[in-house]
Amino acid sequence: MTSLVFPAAEQAAAAAATGPAAYAWLLIAFPLLGAAILLLAGRRSDSWGPALATGLSWASFGLGVAILVQMLGLGAEERGMRSRLFELINTGSLKLDAGLLVDQLSISFVMLVTFVGSLIHVYSLGYMEHDVDKRRFFAYLNLFVAAMLTLVLADSYLVLFFGWEGVGLASYLLIGFWNHNPAYATAANKAFIVNRVGDIGMILALGMMFKTFGAVDFASVNERVGGASQTALTLIGLFLLLAACGKSAQFPLQSWLGDAMAGPTPVSALIHAATMVTAGVYLIVRSHAIFDAAPDARLAVTIVGAITLLFGAVVGMAKDDIKKALAASTMSQIGYMMLAAGLGPVGYVFAIFHLITHGFFKAGMFLGAGSVMHGMDNQVDMRRFGNLSGAMKLTWATFGLGWLAIIGFPGLSGWWSKDKIIEAAFVGEGWRPWVFGLVTLFGAGLTAFYMSRLFFMTFQGKKRWTDEVHPHESPATMTVPMIILSLGSLALGAILAMVKFPEWLAPVTNGGHLEHREPVLSIPAIQIATFVLMALGIAVAWMKYWRDDVPVVAPEGNVLTKAARADLFQDDVNETVFRAPGAGLVEVLDDLDRGGVDKVAVGGLGGTTALLSSKLRRLQNGFARSYALTMLAGVVALLGAVWVIQ
Amino acid sequence: MLSLATADFQQADVDYGAILPMLIVFGGALIGVLVEGFAPRRARHSIQTAVSVLALAAAFFALAVVAQGHQGKTLAGSVVLDGPALFLQGALLLMALLSVLMMAEKFGGETPDAFTPMGATAPGSPQEAAATRLGLVTSEVLPLTLFSVGGMMLFTAAGDLLTMFVALEVLSLPLYILSGLARRRRLLSQEASLKYFLLGSFSSAFFLFGAALLYGYAGSVGFAEINKAITTATPQLENLLLPGILFVLVGVLFKVGAVPFHSWTPDVYQGAPSPVTGFMAACTKLAAFGALLRLAYVAFDADRWSWRPALIAVAALTMVLGAILTVTQTDVKRLLAYSAISHAGFILVGVLSFDRMGVAGVMFYLVAYGFSTIAAFAIISMVRAGGSEATQLSQWAGLGKREPFVAVLFAFLMMSMAGIPLTAGFTAKFAAFAPAVAHGDRAGAALVIIGVLASAVTAFVYFRVIVLMFFNDTDGDVSVLSPSIGMWTAIILATVVTIVLGVYPGPALDAADQLSQFLR
Repeated sequence: MTSLVFPAAEQAAAAAATGPAAYAWLLIAFPLLGAAILLLAGRRSDSWGPALATGLSWASFGLGVAILVQMLGLGAEERGMRSRLFELINTGSLKLDAGLLVDQLSISFVMLVTFVGSLIHVYSLGYMEHDVDKRRFFAYLNLFVAAMLTLVLADSYLVLFFGWEGVGLASYLLIGFWNHNPAYATAANKAFIVNRVGDIGMILALGMMFKTFGAVDFASVNERVGGASQTALTLIGLFLLLAACGKSAQFPLQSWLGDAMAGPTPVSALIHAATMVTAGVYLIVRSHAIFDAAPDARLAVTIVGAITLLFGAVVGMAKDDIKKALAASTMSQIGYMMLAAGLGPVGYVFAIFHLITHGFFKAGMFLGAGSVMHGMDNQVDMRRFGNLSGAMKLTWATFGLGWLAIIGFPGLSGWWSKDKIIEAAFVGEGWRPWVFGLVTLFGAGLTAFYMSRLFFMTFQGKKRWTDEVHPHESPATMTVPMIILSLGSLALGAILAMVKFPEWLAPVTNGGHLEHREPVLSIPAIQIATFVLMALGIAVAWMKYWRDDVPVVAPEGNVLTKAARADLFQDDVNETVFRAPGAGLVEVLDDLDRGGVDKVAVGGLGGTTALLSSKLRRLQNGFARSYALTMLAGVVALLGAVWVIQ
Repeated sequence: MLSLATADFQQADVDYGAILPMLIVFGGALIGVLVEGFAPRRARHSIQTAVSVLALAAAFFALAVVAQGHQGKTLAGSVVLDGPALFLQGALLLMALLSVLMMAEKFGGETPDAFTPMGATAPGSPQEAAATRLGLVTSEVLPLTLFSVGGMMLFTAAGDLLTMFVALEVLSLPLYILSGLARRRRLLSQEASLKYFLLGSFSSAFFLFGAALLYGYAGSVGFAEINKAITTATPQLENLLLPGILFVLVGVLFKVGAVPFHSWTPDVYQGAPSPVTGFMAACTKLAAFGALLRLAYVAFDADRWSWRPALIAVAALTMVLGAILTVTQTDVKRLLAYSAISHAGFILVGVLSFDRMGVAGVMFYLVAYGFSTIAAFAIISMVRAGGSEATQLSQWAGLGKREPFVAVLFAFLMMSMAGIPLTAGFTAKFAAFAPAVAHGDRAGAALVIIGVLASAVTAFVYFRVIVLMFFNDTDGDVSVLSPSIGMWTAIILATVVTIVLGVYPGPALDAADQLSQFLR
């Protein structure tokens, strides 16, 4: 029965979906419908639109839970379920069905996206309450959820690409949501354009896959990796990495994420912290078969992750804008995930593990930041905060849990996932475990410092806000999602570790089981070192930003601080290395086009034709006798010619 | 039972079902003549319009319902109703219907706007002024049109040379008169009429001469018989064959407007009243190509290899000269006349594929081109400066800013003529060129290359019109008249056809394909 839909060879990879999983398309359809209704109905839906959008997002979550329950009832080998939707492309040599793949990996993302997404819909009901364009905001949020679910549920790289572009569009629309502010509109453009660079990588990867494997669906690609050349696989891997760098703000395409904080805070929480920016990690993990067969490409992933990890941490230490500091930390944390994904089978599951826990605590902290801004008249400068713990108890508590989670305080969510990554980074032979292991270890210390700095500057120390600001706690629509997410920060890691989430995920990424390999240092040693560095980070932050007074105007700082404040000159580098030569090239081509093509080729040809035309025109002199003569001459010529030919 | 002596003369069978559409059109024309004689002057024009529209609609209905089931030869083989004839007659009736709606347009005045109140008066004479004062109407244009349409229908379905000649004259004579009846710029119009008549007679003479030679060669004027005679050659008369074929072809190529028999086209297209020009460009071209297809595929098919080079040369010349000469035109109507010439060249490429697909492509092209041309000339008749048509291209500058809707329609029609994808023009070019590449061997491929290059040249011209309308500043007192419901319907319908044939050409292509088999 199933062989009608899938060739027999692919059956092993995924069976046809039954039960709730057969309705996986509704996961996408619900929010997509919401977006369509809200956008098409226009102002008429102002009153009920946001509630509808929120409801549809929860509906997707409900269905996601049903599919998860169904999957938990199946054996490990039966959990991958494919459903064919419709024929997408049918040309001579490329035939592709649009289909969805529900397996352990995609359902994990579905749960993350729909749950956090729905919570953020609820939060936005409060946060965006007084915005005149609230309806449009919810339409875009729904559009984002639909696109993100398409991305993670796709059963082929092409369908994934649709989602990939969709989330890019939604991200662009939401960053520029307040586009009446030119700086925000510019930020949206910047995000879109930098992402475009990554998308080129995706397109190139698609093309290479089609050339190499003759297919772009996961099952066929995974199956045919064995027969492909090393060069092709490495190229595909590097192209995929480029795509991932764009979407996940990894070095060298990281420059857009900080500016993307121009969007409303719920957007920063959902898209630019919890879900969309992790799509790059998803892409790498989903393509594990390619990366496992192309060690060079995988090493590149690890290196990119390591660089970004440190890059984000350094930038995060110097930022005074609470959202930008959080954005830098997001970049750094995704660096961890990338690094883990680049480690291969020892790292894939922990990359996803960290991705899930990070989704909760980072979204929670962003919502907390939004709550602080809400109470502080939309200020974002942490030097103007301080001692908010009294005025906003709930925000302080939920944010605090997020803070402890991200720095990897033992027992909280982040500790379970990040320590595993650090341990995995120490696995291997030669120089790699030492370099990557020490980078992750060092990064943990930096994380502890900059996150503590952020937390202390905002909630502890002395009050530095001006008299006209009256900090107050946010309404329940905002605090309840924060509380729920903080519970995730507190316990999700422990729960997932208890239910053996990594082992559950392993069939998708590791081909069946999770093998344990010993790191070059003993595990207790790594754990102790991590803890010590974390404590050190907190202590330094405590001294500088809690015990001592924080100046309201940033001190000049040393060279490194200045560089970090300027995002390590990322924009200047882009400007000098890419934009300026690009603009120069455009100018040269423009001159060539105008002076060469237009003047010589087009002008010359056109001029000749016009000249010919004006000469031939004279034949049309208006005299019937000449016309008749033309006809006669024509007849004679034809007759003569035909006779000659004969 | 019959003796041999009585078998010499057999009464021809008449399949009235097959010729019913033509009978209805001719009948409508005759009724129109009676109306002209007996109906009161005030009501005459309205009655004529009603009669014409009804006759054409009824004829189309008869064609679709009755004649369809009566395919075959009738009237002793002088009328052949086969697939191509059915398709072309149907298209002809629809396009004629739209043309009639445009000819009847009054633009809010008392009398049809395009036609002089009295054709017989000298331009600018007191008699003309008196006729205008009296409110005279040349309502005979509509019966004349019907006669012409009937002739065209017969032209596409003629089974022998004599019938084809009669049809040629029946379709041509009313056109000569119609061309001379323009209300404005009457001298130009009368000059056009006379030129058309003189050169038309000249070409008819060629046709007749060729027919005589072929009769001498084959001993018959029937197409099937001529073709048979070619295969069973009679060496001593061989020399009659090729001149005969060429002369007959010249007669038809004249109507098509192919180089070097094209010289009348710009002058006549410019001088004739715009609705008549539209009618001529669409319907005459369609009928003439129908006849050409029948001659090439049925009557002269067996001798194809000797006369094909002549037609190839004509096609190449037509495309190249037509395209080059459009470049320097400053008058919209003349521009479209030269464009009509180059289109004739493109269609000839399809004819020269000598394949069923080619027939289908040519027929599709004729329909696509016909509808967009009718709409284009209708729009030209609406754009006015100082009371008369603003045909100078410079007067169209900035039209897009003042009359965006009309300008967008015209721009779209221009794009279709240029053959931009998703318009009928593109599909048509593809349908006509593809069989030429596939079946027309090296010459076909060469012609297609010439055709594509010529298209590029003409595209420049069409886009210059668009640029002029939308990107240049408005100048002068050019205005656009608002037509009645009937004319709007015609314009919109013609444009919709142009869109549909571009976006969703499948059904029309299938129909053309199914009706592309000639009955020999």
